[in-house]
Amino acid sequence: MSEPAQHGEHEHHIVSPIVYAVILLALLVGTALTVWASYIDLGIFNPIIAIAIAVTKATLVVLFFMHVKYSSKLTKLTVGAGIFTFLTLIGMTLADYISRAWGRW
Amino acid sequence: MSDSPAIVHGAAEAHHEHPAWQRHHFESVDQQADAAGFAMWLFLLTEIMFFGGLFTAYLIYRNWYYPAFVAGSHQLSIPLGGANTLLLITSSFTMAMGVWCAETRRKGGLVLCLVLTFILGAGFLGIKTIEYGEKIEKHHVPGFHFSLDSFTHPDKTNPVTRNDQPLAVDMARHTEVYFSLYFAMTGMHALHMIIGIGILAFMIFRAQAGAYTTGHVTFVENFGLYWHFVDIVWIFLFPLLYLISRH
Amino acid sequence: MSSSTIISLPDQSTARIPKVNFLTKENGLLSWLLTGDHKRIAILYLISITFFFFIGGALAGLIRLELLTPQADLMATDTYNKVFTMHGVVMIFLFLVPSVPATIGNFVLPIMLGAKDLALPKINLLSWYLYVVGGILVLYTMISGGVDTGWTFTVPLSTHYLNTNVLSTGLAVFVAGFSSIFTGLNFIVTIHKMRAPGMTWFRMPLFIWSHYAASILMVLGTPVLAIAIVLVALERTIGIGVFDPAKGGDPLLFQHLFWFYSHPAVYIMILPGMGVISEVVSTFSRKRVFGYTAVAFSSVAIAVFGFFVWEHHMFIMGVSNYSTLVFSLLTMLVAVPSAIKIFNWTFTLYKGSITFETPMLYAFGFMGLFTIGGLTGVFLGTTGTDIHLTETYFIVAHFHFVMVGGMLMAFLAGIHFWWPKITGRMYPEKISQLAAVVTFIGFNFTFFPQFILGTLGMPRRYAAYPPEFQILNVFSTAGASILGVGYLLPILYLTWSLKYGEIAGNNPWQATGLEWQIQSPPLTENFPVTPIMDHEAYDYEWLERQQQKEVASVG
Repeated sequence: MSEPAQHGEHEHHIVSPIVYAVILLALLVGTALTVWASYIDLGIFNPIIAIAIAVTKATLVVLFFMHVKYSSKLTKLTVGAGIFTFLTLIGMTLADYISRAWGRW
Repeated sequence: MSDSPAIVHGAAEAHHEHPAWQRHHFESVDQQADAAGFAMWLFLLTEIMFFGGLFTAYLIYRNWYYPAFVAGSHQLSIPLGGANTLLLITSSFTMAMGVWCAETRRKGGLVLCLVLTFILGAGFLGIKTIEYGEKIEKHHVPGFHFSLDSFTHPDKTNPVTRNDQPLAVDMARHTEVYFSLYFAMTGMHALHMIIGIGILAFMIFRAQAGAYTTGHVTFVENFGLYWHFVDIVWIFLFPLLYLISRH
Repeated sequence: MSSSTIISLPDQSTARIPKVNFLTKENGLLSWLLTGDHKRIAILYLISITFFFFIGGALAGLIRLELLTPQADLMATDTYNKVFTMHGVVMIFLFLVPSVPATIGNFVLPIMLGAKDLALPKINLLSWYLYVVGGILVLYTMISGGVDTGWTFTVPLSTHYLNTNVLSTGLAVFVAGFSSIFTGLNFIVTIHKMRAPGMTWFRMPLFIWSHYAASILMVLGTPVLAIAIVLVALERTIGIGVFDPAKGGDPLLFQHLFWFYSHPAVYIMILPGMGVISEVVSTFSRKRVFGYTAVAFSSVAIAVFGFFVWEHHMFIMGVSNYSTLVFSLLTMLVAVPSAIKIFNWTFTLYKGSITFETPMLYAFGFMGLFTIGGLTGVFLGTTGTDIHLTETYFIVAHFHFVMVGGMLMAFLAGIHFWWPKITGRMYPEKISQLAAVVTFIGFNFTFFPQFILGTLGMPRRYAAYPPEFQILNVFSTAGASILGVGYLLPILYLTWSLKYGEIAGNNPWQATGLEWQIQSPPLTENFPVTPIMDHEAYDYEWLERQQQKEVASVG
């Protein structure tokens, strides 16, 4: 980023429809998986697996449908910053709620 | 070189060749497209934080009132929610294909993809309307004669709720919080979908006129980012709202 | 000969305002209302925020008048609640948040970068219109009976116990928030994508770094305020229960969401002011800012750390003791980058050639008063002392020291500093210096007694108080009237200067920075040709060589 954007960092990489089709398939499989997993009693792991699958699907959308994999470092940094702030909001608010009445949590 | 004045050369810029859509404060179309894409991402950051507040509320109350959330979740239909998820994911695919068509200057393909995205999105909203209708019928809308009956006396004829324990009245009251979050989150999401569909309609007309297949793909690209983001929000909403303790 | 001023104006008998500039380029109301020119939008903002500043100031006057006597005798207590609420809402959302970024930042930022405009001119204009809509909604609220929740909208008071205009105020803040978001978004894109050739990150003026940091906060923090307001509106209208204990909701959740924005908001307010101070201190000491990198990084550090400390506004509200420990520790951390800046400005002054033009007077005021305000913030960040000092006048004094003694002084410093660039004319120096001194004196009389009142135990947001506090309150009100004069004077002489001020020329302050190398007022496109940045920021040797070349070439 020490160079001003006189010529721009425009990525010309055009993602092929094959990639899109593969990702679509992966997302559909992921959806089926998450529904199927919800019918099995995994105790504490049910929500964890559900979130894990959702995060994976979201990552695929971000990287491929939204082209972040082929984008500049700035774009990747921007996405990271957003996720970081989002996690800060949730995590640090939880710091209060978790540590209130221990038994209730 | 360090002695040269700040304001320098005048490359004869009198007749600077640039495409019609380049705004004059930009040096090149690349710079303009770059800036627009970056701006769109920053806007999506604001959307992440906007929904973030709702997810925070959800997380806290789900842990405080888990039985109420289970009971509330059982009132949602997995076939309908699942169908919506499939519709939205497919619409993300068609949108991505639309961007590809714009990039490879396939006008017909672009219009087709945008129309498909529109139809899938509208389908999503249609199913949502049905779901909301059901909630209204069963008096599960917070603030509008919210009824605790389904939770204190679970419906034995329904395979989903047949084995549910009836909730004590105080826990049953907390289902109102669940449904508040349900409507707030899916409602906010649906609002974003409606705006998206509106813009899609506009884009279909413009695409048909060839506006996006002459090299100027920025609008389609950036709308695609918005559409994918709305899809991602739903990817999280579906398991969090519909799939609580279904075993 | 030691000159007591660095002002260098062109020969007044022959100097003229350049015929072609952004003000004369187009005429007519529509050319202003539909402009994309960042400079015109900056002026539109300047007019609007000045208007709201005086409304907020009038409300402050009413508060101080009421507090002259221990009884609630000037107005009903409910009315008093409305007055301080509107004072807070107007001053924070309609004045302080947009003050430097939307006026000075909008005007100067693209020029400092060597760009022709901001990246998204239409969004810039939209930002102003959103501000105006927010302002109109606030005016509507005031006319239709006001709102009395305090600017913090604490639930369940705002959702369940009041019949006042919570919704319209909430909507106003929501809309004004988007104005702020779009300004910040525009700045970030411009800084990343539109720097002139040779303008590397570490050659940018520190003013830009401050605005970059503030813009990050605007973009990431404001949406959380937006969702908090939406939830309050839903709670109030439908009764969804998300903040209602009777339905299992937690009122503290609102405060978490509210302060998650509102703490970074104070940094949104102060960081641009700090950027102004960097420019002013350097120019009026004729020295590069000491420790450029440290100041640049400290701006970003303030922005990042600023997201981690919001719970220090909630220490007594029922949050867990463990979390108060964590947030108190983090609050200590966030004070460090601010202190670094003060140290660096002080070291800039050391062995500099200091002159005392008006912007510098305001800058000195800033450094002293912000330091006091910031240090008292550390007392408040310590949970043990905060328990006694919170919700008292100590808090009121603390934030007025940083916001008025700090931010407002920085805003005035900036307005005076860039006035010649914006208008092409100088303001009258002697009366402006007088106004700065009057403001400083008035400020201290107004707000210093409030620290004492706070430690003695006078609560905030009360129209009536125990009679033993009266003498200090009278001092404070007296100071407020002096302060009012100090703020009124600039309006008068700045307006006067538009017609009668001396012609300023390109660079009356002999400052570095690209904005001082172009005409005053600037052309619409700022630069006739794209500049190339080939020297470091605050390079006074470069400036001297420039001036020598100019003299040599004219002869």
